[in-house]
Amino acid sequence: MMQAVAIPPFERFYEQHRDEVLRLLRRRLGAARADDAFQETFLRALQAYPRLAHGEHLRAWVLTIARNVAVDALRRQRTDGGEPTEQAVEDRRPAYRELAGLTDGLPPKERAAVVLRYGYDLPYDQIAAALGSSEGAARQAASTGVRRLRRRITP
Amino acid sequence: MTVPHDLDRRFREAAAALRLVDASFDIVESPLGPLLVAVSDRGLAAVSYDPKPEAALERIARIAGPRVLRSPRAVEEARRELDEYFAGRRRVFDLALDLRGLASFTVSVLGELARVPYGTTTTYGALAARVGRPRSARAVGTVMNRNRLPIVLPCHRVVGSGGDLVGYAGGLERKVALLELEGVL
Repeated sequence: MMQAVAIPPFERFYEQHRDEVLRLLRRRLGAARADDAFQETFLRALQAYPRLAHGEHLRAWVLTIARNVAVDALRRQRTDGGEPTEQAVEDRRPAYRELAGLTDGLPPKERAAVVLRYGYDLPYDQIAAALGSSEGAARQAASTGVRRLRRRITP
Repeated sequence: MTVPHDLDRRFREAAAALRLVDASFDIVESPLGPLLVAVSDRGLAAVSYDPKPEAALERIARIAGPRVLRSPRAVEEARRELDEYFAGRRRVFDLALDLRGLASFTVSVLGELARVPYGTTTTYGALAARVGRPRSARAVGTVMNRNRLPIVLPCHRVVGSGGDLVGYAGGLERKVALLELEGVL
């Protein structure tokens, strides 16, 4: 039987991924607004951490949280009347390359759900935590995304 | 690029303030070398002489949960009491203790251990007798050896029946130093 990868103490997870998370957020939001998003990302990760089923794909998981925090920040900025930066709009590409091309053009949440579910095989509670939504909403996003893809692939 | 110190500190403080961690830890400097000190919401969860946090963090996560995060502010009270102890200004610790996960025999032995006064010693056999298991001196020795809260739970005050120091998980030289600090040696 395969042993599930143990969930590391949060300190180790944080040390491993904090630099990459900050780089991603600075690319998308600019240096000035990346700090708040950084804090928000790891606070969301802390909140969801006890519900993790195993310690696999934690990098993909936390980068997805960061992307969603960035999307939320940009949405807020838009409703505040500010202009999103050019860098922020480009590169919403998920980490999983094989699925990335296929899922191009899906709405961000559906795309993230599909990639995490079928690319990384994450359970829905973990996907929900990454998306900042309920488990039901995560399930919904993945299945809507898959239906959309199916319609696109089979004419 | 690395995360700026100030941003890192703000996240750690926010995490502790929002009570999103299962345990916080920091390194506390002492005359016996750096100590890794961890506290949970129940109290002091670990004091470790091992300055490499890896193994200690795994142990703390097993006790308190996986959200173990370094946070100097959270261990402030433990740091202050330890500082006072090493400065000779404190004889009794007032810290709550997190003894989750320990067997009932272990808890009762540690309970008796906590009552051994500053500046005195007792023996493994005497402790065994006090918990009603006079023939379990060896098992008491094992409890001392695995004590996860050394110094605060004073296993350094337990010696062999002949008065020899026997051993100490943190190294015999530390046991000697602690007993010298307390004026026993």
